[in-house]
Amino acid sequence: MTLSVPAPPTPRAAAEPGGGVHRGDGRAALGFLAPSTSGFLLFTLIPLVGSLAISFFAWPVLGRRRFVGLENFVELLSDPIFHRVMLNTLVFVVVYVPLNIVVSLGLALWISPRIRGRGLYRLLFFIPTVTPMIANALVWRLLYQPGGAIDQAFQAVLGTPAPNFLGDNRWAMAAVILMSVWQGFGYNMLVFSAGLDAIPQSLHEAASIDGAGPLRRFWSVTLPMLSPSMFFAMIMTLITSFQVFVQPYALTAGGPGVATETMVLHLYREGFVQFDLGTASTIGWFLFMIIMLVTALQFLGQKRWVHYDD
Amino acid sequence: MLLTAVLLLFLMPFVWMIATALKPPAEVFGAGNGLVGSEIRWSNFAEAWGYLPFGRFMLNGLYVALAGTAVVCVTSVLSAYAFARLRFRFRDRIFLLYLGTLMVPQEVTVVPMFILMQQFGWVDSYAALILPWAFTAFGTFLLRQFFLTIPRELEEAATIDGASRLRILLQVVMPIARPAIAVLAAFTFINYWNSFLWPLIVVNSRDMSTVPLGLNLFLSQNGNQWHLLMAAAAISMLPTVVMVVLLQRHLVRGIALSGLGGR
Repeated sequence: MTLSVPAPPTPRAAAEPGGGVHRGDGRAALGFLAPSTSGFLLFTLIPLVGSLAISFFAWPVLGRRRFVGLENFVELLSDPIFHRVMLNTLVFVVVYVPLNIVVSLGLALWISPRIRGRGLYRLLFFIPTVTPMIANALVWRLLYQPGGAIDQAFQAVLGTPAPNFLGDNRWAMAAVILMSVWQGFGYNMLVFSAGLDAIPQSLHEAASIDGAGPLRRFWSVTLPMLSPSMFFAMIMTLITSFQVFVQPYALTAGGPGVATETMVLHLYREGFVQFDLGTASTIGWFLFMIIMLVTALQFLGQKRWVHYDD
Repeated sequence: MLLTAVLLLFLMPFVWMIATALKPPAEVFGAGNGLVGSEIRWSNFAEAWGYLPFGRFMLNGLYVALAGTAVVCVTSVLSAYAFARLRFRFRDRIFLLYLGTLMVPQEVTVVPMFILMQQFGWVDSYAALILPWAFTAFGTFLLRQFFLTIPRELEEAATIDGASRLRILLQVVMPIARPAIAVLAAFTFINYWNSFLWPLIVVNSRDMSTVPLGLNLFLSQNGNQWHLLMAAAAISMLPTVVMVVLLQRHLVRGIALSGLGGR
């Protein structure tokens, strides 16, 4: 789903659960957990194991399936188109994530002092993250068209026509990324706003009394206090950006050529256009492995810059 | 001032969407065409609505989103309470397993889920649109966080009065947790309403299409009817925008509550 909300860290300060007022909670727990765990087993755990199994098969939607071992993995790894697809996804992630973080943090800092109407600002910047992604992408597709709004702005200001953003392979990925930043940064902006609101004013005052200027206060007070929010914003944004699908699907259909074909778009095509479920499942596992790896690296790196206040 | 300028630039795509939705088709592209066309055609909205069964798409989307949200809220409240307040074997391990699955991208399970739907005979049905995503661990996690902050003493008093666990949950815990449940419900509704990849895979008839699929259908059938497409896009945004406006008070708080904000 488009707006996956991140998993926060386990609260350290929270009361240890259990030690409750009832004894023999076992049966009650069974009742309370049954609905969610049964759905969870059927729709998460079993499919997860199933998808690994399917990736070892040639599995057409109709017709005979055949065990092929690691063949799907080997074929994908030696397929130049898939190389390009991975590269495209990587380029998207590497450009999109920092842009998203910088824009959302910048605006959160800008809006966070008690300026008039900041609630309204926050709300309006947040709107595109909750409107249907496909609708947003179609609006941008209209803007990007030759003869469309952006092209006309180019003509008016620079006197030259704009590049054919979606049809030119030097521009298509940039166009996809720009639209994605526009639609996506509002969420992190709210995350950072919540983080900023929680920094005690007294810390800034103390730093001011010690003679710290605004820049110094930003580096030594705001950033460290905000680092847990930053950490989670980064992890979640990274994970979701590897899953980019709707934007290239609706803006460029992966084109021109395969210039904006991403992993999930490729997965969709292999599985549900070419009807090759085995290959699609294998792409899913590539995606999963990359996400796990990147997340693990992030967690390893967090000690160096994330400050928890205990 | 500068901030307002930035905001206006940011809102341009939406402004352009509405402007295009009100133009005569011949004036969508081309030099010298401004924000407002030679006439303001409200009829584009009616035409877009009638071009494809958009009313049906809206009803499908609302039904799927509301039913999905109801299932998510009920199952999450129950399991979150169990993890927050009950003592049972393997509790922490089961909870960790829940947490672990938050990292699994939807795309990994999409293929087996599709096969499962074929086995159940659910392809092209409401069940397929609703159930597969009604059991994510996120709701359990969010509500557990909140339940842990509720003082235990409140429940102890009810226990002494002889209330059962379920009754305590319904009459003591849930009223206090209303803001958290509202945030979960809103996020879940929006996710369902906007969802695209899964409906694209599991729906193959017009009658079962949700709104995003309807927009996609529109595009593939009438690729150059931009004025109608923009009218349809504007309509598709209404429910979630209304929801966010109604909920704005809780928005930042809700995000802080999910543990992300400062501490």
